[in-house]
Amino acid sequence: MDIVVCVKRVPDTSEADVIIAKDERTVEAGDLVFDINEWDKYAVEEAVLLKEKYGGTVTAVTLGPDETEDTLRRCFATGADKAIRLTDSAFEGSDAAAIAKIIHQAVKDLKFDLIFTGTQASDDGYGQVGPVLASLLGTPHASVVTQVDIADGKARVQRELEGGLSEVVEVPLPAVFTIQTGINEPRYVSIMGVRKAAGKEIETAGLADLGLTAEDVGEKGSMTKVERLFLPPVTKEAEIIQGSPDEASTRLAQIIKDKGGFS
Amino acid sequence: MSQIFVLAEHRKGSLREITWEMLNKGAELASRSGSELVAVLLGNRMDSFAGELAHGADRVLVVEDEQLENYNSEIYQNVLSRLLSEYEPVLTLIGHTAFGMDLAPSLAAEMGMPLSTDCIDVDLEGDKLTATRQMYGGKVNAEVSFAPAKQYLVTLRSGMFPAEAAATKDGKIEKSDFPPSATDRKKFIEYLEAAIGAVDITQADVLVSVGQGIGDIKNMPLVEELASSLGATLSCSRPVVDRKWLPKGHQVGTSGKTVKPKVYLAIGISGAFQHVAGVKASTIIAINKDPKAPIFRVADYGIVGDLFQVVPLLKDKVTALKGS
Ligand SMILES: Cc1cc2nc3c(=O)[nH]c(=O)nc-3n(C[C@H](O)[C@H](O)[C@H](O)COP(=O)(O)OP(=O)(O)OC[C@H]3O[C@@H](n4cnc5c(N)ncnc54)[C@H](O)[C@@H]3O)c2cc1C
Ligand SMILES: Nc1ncnc2c1ncn2[C@@H]1O[C@H](COP(=O)(O)O)[C@@H](O)[C@H]1O
Repeated sequence: MDIVVCVKRVPDTSEADVIIAKDERTVEAGDLVFDINEWDKYAVEEAVLLKEKYGGTVTAVTLGPDETEDTLRRCFATGADKAIRLTDSAFEGSDAAAIAKIIHQAVKDLKFDLIFTGTQASDDGYGQVGPVLASLLGTPHASVVTQVDIADGKARVQRELEGGLSEVVEVPLPAVFTIQTGINEPRYVSIMGVRKAAGKEIETAGLADLGLTAEDVGEKGSMTKVERLFLPPVTKEAEIIQGSPDEASTRLAQIIKDKGGFS
Repeated sequence: MSQIFVLAEHRKGSLREITWEMLNKGAELASRSGSELVAVLLGNRMDSFAGELAHGADRVLVVEDEQLENYNSEIYQNVLSRLLSEYEPVLTLIGHTAFGMDLAPSLAAEMGMPLSTDCIDVDLEGDKLTATRQMYGGKVNAEVSFAPAKQYLVTLRSGMFPAEAAATKDGKIEKSDFPPSATDRKKFIEYLEAAIGAVDITQADVLVSVGQGIGDIKNMPLVEELASSLGATLSCSRPVVDRKWLPKGHQVGTSGKTVKPKVYLAIGISGAFQHVAGVKASTIIAINKDPKAPIFRVADYGIVGDLFQVVPLLKDKVTALKGS
């Protein structure tokens, strides 16, 4: 079972202040902490679990600047065998479909049974790269996958739907799956483990290596463009209860009571 | 006349709400741009759905086939790509749902159409399309432009537009003869219903809901104690279930349950749309240390603070109030 996993390095913004940069099209990266996209963590784990079960190889692929090598080393520490980094200043400004186009060039001649991506990247939330890549490769795909079972050259996967419902679909290999969180329990990756992977070779490829031109990628090669970032307009504002934690919780207890929370 | 297509979404014998949300948005765009609003319905034996949709669209385009009985992105794509080539609608709206997430990106890729996913709004001025979507977990909005094209594809987030059937139109129903050409790659096997858990969060009057901010399973007693002092039920966001800190039956949100308590207390929950889409509470209260957390945009009351400090205090105050 040879598996390619696409991983993206993203900023963790759940608790951080997100500041829109002067160009109004990007955010200030300065104070943000970056790590592997949450969904991709599960995708890498799933690939390694399948490799442990059936043998084969796991190749991690990322598109991004030098710093994304850390993300690939984390994949090595999880159990990936090979890593490829796609990098070129021309790639900047690529939309999801253009990113899929670039990754397609890098993986189309590899030997693979499965390609995993995350269901979505937590920064842009497009949820596009996986199915577009499948379309370019001419392979079937399934999105939002919460279980993968392999038998007789086919995958039986569960796709998560709404409201606790799932569906089972059967897909011949090779195929592309976008992996949903909760599919497994990603193993703990220690800093030591990542350090040990420091010596491992990371293949890199740029525009020309991939047989692409500047017209194919970046803003020119994209059909959508983020024109402007802005803070969501305030339509409703919560009443923030002020005061010391003691005062605030006293008031909050009263509010909960008044609203019918207890009697 | 230019056309706007809305792809109807249905599952297990009912039309899904997102269909009406898209039709309502589509009607607004169509009337402003002088376009015809077309509901596109793929399925098997669709007469009753077609009749319903006719009240919300200028025309209902129906493709019926046994292979379309259950959703299968490949077979849907096979039919839709031919419909789009034939009718050339300027804009096609699909829901950003498990269904649309599986279908739209590869359909757009096959057709070479620009696609913007998970949009919270879309605007059509003449033939210029712009979309608004969110990034960074809802902390930032983005305005998206499209390269000039004959046809555009947009997936719309659920819950952004009214779902009430407008029932103002009397569209004609047209059966279209584009049966799927056989494909035997991807096969629908069956639906699986989540196991029914021990607690039913949908019936609770008061929910203490915990998110990733709790940090570790060993901190769970903190919220459990608050819940028991309130006589409330414990619910949670998805990462709490993913990490097995609570069983799936406790999850609130699009892929969990929709809850409708009197009071919903969100503790250490950022307020991603997939979460808040499942919260239909009379009063929402948030405790979060990040003043910019999107949950404060849907909450009625909030405390900006460390849950490890606030939650034990709150439990004591509740206990004291109860005794008084
Ligand atoms: C197809 C799909 C379906 C999904 N379905 C669901 C669903 O049904 N339900 C759901 O919930 N999610 C769902 N999600 C996931 C969703 O997108 C978010 O990832 C998730 O809701 C985030 O959960 P959270 O708010 O607990 O975690 P985070 O976003 O990590 O937020 C944690 C919050 O805790 C706060 N915090 C941290 N420490 C403290 C502290 N000490 N004191 C106070 N506050 C603190 C932080 O400021 C932050 O706001 C789905 C995603 C996809 C792609
Ligand atoms: N720059 C990138 N490099 C490698 N993989 C990516 C990149 N961007 C997106 N992906 C993959 O595509 C998935 C979905 O991303 P998106 O379509 O941007 O939401 C991610 O979870 C990754 O697996």
